Amino acid sequence: MKKSRIWRSVLLGINTLMLHKLRSMLTMLGVVFGVASVIAMLAVGEGASKDALEQIRKLGSNNIILSSQKPVEEESGGSMRSPFSVSMYGLTYDDETRAMETFSRIRTTAPAKIVRKEGRLGTRTLDLRLVGTTADWFRLVKREMIAGRTLLPSDVDQKAAVVVLTEYGARRLLATRQAVGQSLRLGGEYFQVIGIVRSEGGEGSSVQTPDQQVDAYLPITVARERYGDVVSIRTSGSFIRERVELHQLIVEVENTDHVETVAAGLEQMLKTFHPKGDYRISVPLALLKQAEATKRTFNIVLGSIAGISLLVGGIGIMNIMLASVTERTREIGVRRAIGAKKRQIITQFLIETMVLSTLGGMIGIAIGVAIPALITYFADMATVVTSYSLLLSVGISMSVGLIFGLYPAKRAADLDPIIALRHE
Amino acid sequence: MSKTDGAFVQAETGLHEVVRLEDVTKVYVMGTNEVHALAGVNLAIHQGSFWAIMGSSGSGKSTMLNLLGCLDRPTSGRYYLEGHDVSRLSDDELSEFRLKHLGFIFQSFNLIAQLTVRENIELPLFYLGWDPEDSKQRAAELAEMVGLGERLNHRPSELSGGQQQRVAIARALANDPSILLADEPTGNLDSVTSEQIMDLLGQLHDQGKTIIMVTHEPDIATYAPNCVHMRDGLIDRITENGRTLEGVR
Repeated sequence: MKKSRIWRSVLLGINTLMLHKLRSMLTMLGVVFGVASVIAMLAVGEGASKDALEQIRKLGSNNIILSSQKPVEEESGGSMRSPFSVSMYGLTYDDETRAMETFSRIRTTAPAKIVRKEGRLGTRTLDLRLVGTTADWFRLVKREMIAGRTLLPSDVDQKAAVVVLTEYGARRLLATRQAVGQSLRLGGEYFQVIGIVRSEGGEGSSVQTPDQQVDAYLPITVARERYGDVVSIRTSGSFIRERVELHQLIVEVENTDHVETVAAGLEQMLKTFHPKGDYRISVPLALLKQAEATKRTFNIVLGSIAGISLLVGGIGIMNIMLASVTERTREIGVRRAIGAKKRQIITQFLIETMVLSTLGGMIGIAIGVAIPALITYFADMATVVTSYSLLLSVGISMSVGLIFGLYPAKRAADLDPIIALRHE
Repeated sequence: MSKTDGAFVQAETGLHEVVRLEDVTKVYVMGTNEVHALAGVNLAIHQGSFWAIMGSSGSGKSTMLNLLGCLDRPTSGRYYLEGHDVSRLSDDELSEFRLKHLGFIFQSFNLIAQLTVRENIELPLFYLGWDPEDSKQRAAELAEMVGLGERLNHRPSELSGGQQQRVAIARALANDPSILLADEPTGNLDSVTSEQIMDLLGQLHDQGKTIIMVTHEPDIATYAPNCVHMRDGLIDRITENGRTLEGVR
């Protein structure tokens, strides 16, 4: 009984609003645009930050990534130097040992040494980019296995002649899953392919994964022993010879709480031992925090804009409802004379505003979902419409109706029925 | 203006009192002035009677109707409606009384424009919480009774003045009220239609309805066997079944 009365009130509300279709639609517009902008803005913001956050998260929030970097003065002077001189820079094996010994909070370190060699698998010969590393690497950078296995500590210790192809490398070498177990010739020596891991396709991401566009991994001990630390790079007719011991060092800290202290300590240590500044330190956790802070700021700004438009929408509704109350003073008087209580008059007008705002909200949702889809389609930008933004908008539009409907409804209910009946 | 110690006016005996006013006053404060719209009124109205309240504007007849209609509370004195003292009830309780015991007919019909004839008649039943099917049936019966059975789904704007007033009467009867209160029911109608409406009210009286009607037209007042003449917030004289009681004030 009670329920059907509310339902009838809703129908009556719709009925009344339908009497002034144009006016009702114009009244709704504020909420429509408000809700549409909330959803569309959140979808664009969410889409923009999602990839970046994902990428950073993959690097591991417990990790600190140290990279070798060519010092600025050597880079600029490079072409002036003798073609046979060797430029020396970057992280050293000593750095790794020192880090392990100095900081008790470091759980493991995983070095990466980049080597270039001509490789041959079956009939295909290519210049390959190889990474010499340890077993921990694969765990720290979260590489997914496709086939076979990754490096084991024993491979490193025993200097086993094994390689793990990346998906990218496998594709270049035209290797399939069957390549596992086959021999890959590197320079003059044969290595057994023991597995394939998924490559990280981090295109357009804000953080460079340390081992992008790498063809294969091999034990660092093997790389060091067989290929040494000097790399020759051919550039526009001349050789550049570089001596870099480690290109990258991933440091895993025991837990997230200590990441920042350890990072600060490492920074200090590297500053002392590398006055040339030939290193770079990046902390995914800090980047993550920064990205999240940026996203939060972004959301607050967008939220405020959307909030203002919803406020304007709400005021629009209130304005029209106040006009409607004045216009329908007589009706209110009649209803009161018949026996409607104040509460019932309030309910009637509140339902009307809420029907308006909820309907506006629904149209707004439809538009708000369509806009990101169009943006993705035409501008090729990632957008994510989250379910929480939909719920939020429904909630907001209903509360707008409630809040901005309350005052006009109260005004209607508080009319003296005698005066209301006499109203012309 | 002083309160008077007027005697109670007795209507025809044998039937119970629907309305009993005891020394009722109504004072409006306008700035620093006090306006005594009612200055001490005593009146008893019995079930099934048909009363007209007459008087010039400012005589207090509208105030009287508002009080009788539970739209207002007296400043002092007592008003018993169906034996209940309603002079000190809260706004919600007065609404409840109006809903259960009163039916209103207005000069300008006051139908709700966005509702159909049926929905207008159903309005009191809606607030009474009737089942939709039952109220639909009741509305149809009432519309039939006032001669508008064919117009159930029309909007008020599609009806003539007389038809609209018939709908208003049907609406006022929907809750089967103890009293039907009519405020200048023919004020907006031509004489022929007025006559038809008054005939309808006469029929309702014949069927046993208690009717109180405010009017300033003597012709219309003659349809009611009883008449209260108001002047300066007091009952000036009462005509009851042809007998006039003078100087009741």
